[in-house]
Amino acid sequence: MPVSIANSRLIYDALKACDVKIISALPETWLVHLIRMAEEDPDMTLVRLAKEEEGIGISAGAHLAGVNSALLMQNHGFFAAINPIVSLALLYKIPLLMLISYRGHMGEKDPWQTQGGLLTEPLLRALNIPLWHLTNPADVQRRIKDAQTLALASLHPVAVLLSRELMWED
Amino acid sequence: MLRAAALEAIYPELEPHIVVTIMGAVAAELYMLGHRPNFFYLEHAMGLASSMGLGIALSMPEQKVIVLDGDGSLLMNLGTLSTMARYRPGNLLHIVFDNESLLSVGGFPTATSTGTDLAGIARASGIPVVKEAHTPESLKSAVGEALAGNTLTSVISKVEAVGPKTFHMDLPLLENRFQFKRALEAMRRASTERGQ
Repeated sequence: MPVSIANSRLIYDALKACDVKIISALPETWLVHLIRMAEEDPDMTLVRLAKEEEGIGISAGAHLAGVNSALLMQNHGFFAAINPIVSLALLYKIPLLMLISYRGHMGEKDPWQTQGGLLTEPLLRALNIPLWHLTNPADVQRRIKDAQTLALASLHPVAVLLSRELMWED
Repeated sequence: MLRAAALEAIYPELEPHIVVTIMGAVAAELYMLGHRPNFFYLEHAMGLASSMGLGIALSMPEQKVIVLDGDGSLLMNLGTLSTMARYRPGNLLHIVFDNESLLSVGGFPTATSTGTDLAGIARASGIPVVKEAHTPESLKSAVGEALAGNTLTSVISKVEAVGPKTFHMDLPLLENRFQFKRALEAMRRASTERGQ
């Protein structure tokens, strides 16, 4: 499976540098190495979810309890979580660091991912959620740190879109 | 039993601990018994009080966390039972008031009114201790046992579909949110100091 281990490691190390202690995740192809890294890290609490909505609650709980968390989800998982993003995170000013695999964008071969690819950025913008694209390994550490900094300063969700260029080695 | 009577019976057990409630009648009835800075009322996002409780329980293993859930909310997020069971934090107590109704929006019957068994679902999801308590006394004793032990517990309590006269709470959402976060910080500090 040509998911980049090296770039997954860069992302994971960036989360560690942000003092992230809890990662909630639902597996998807591009996220497999990241989830494995979280699972093998004795200092990380990995919460495998049944549905992404739960992750918004877990991150809200972690924030109110003073712990940094991150969410790993596919863009379709972000769609599944929109109600709690609105009615918990935005309503109660909860910072969220969402790492979203950007399926269905340029280079996508799976037809079933393509509608989601078209709607990811419009929906993030409609929700007024700032977003970073991660395409270049050299940007990973800085952009993830800056995304977390903004989330914590604004008490607002932020999205980091994991691109095919970064995650997939054809 | 009336949920207000059930809450009154367990209020002394709730008082010192971190409590997350669902919206509507449960929130208003707990608030009327006496607000505490360590109580959080999730006034929307139905289904996620238990997920929030799980996030807090995993973040503060030295504290007890109590979630006050309802049948309508739990039915919207049944996956939460499998996630809680998977990580089974021993400091988490999940109480579900089942009035077989979406009372706060006008009293529409939920699926528990036609036979869906939340205790059965909780057991089959792998929650290690599941109890049913349908009187204030049995609820109080189930809560006391769960708090004295260290095993993830769900308690399902059948209650009447009767709510308070008013849902008004003199507590803006964000005031509750910031006050609650500070209360948790203070609890963490106190427990670190005790540990030193």
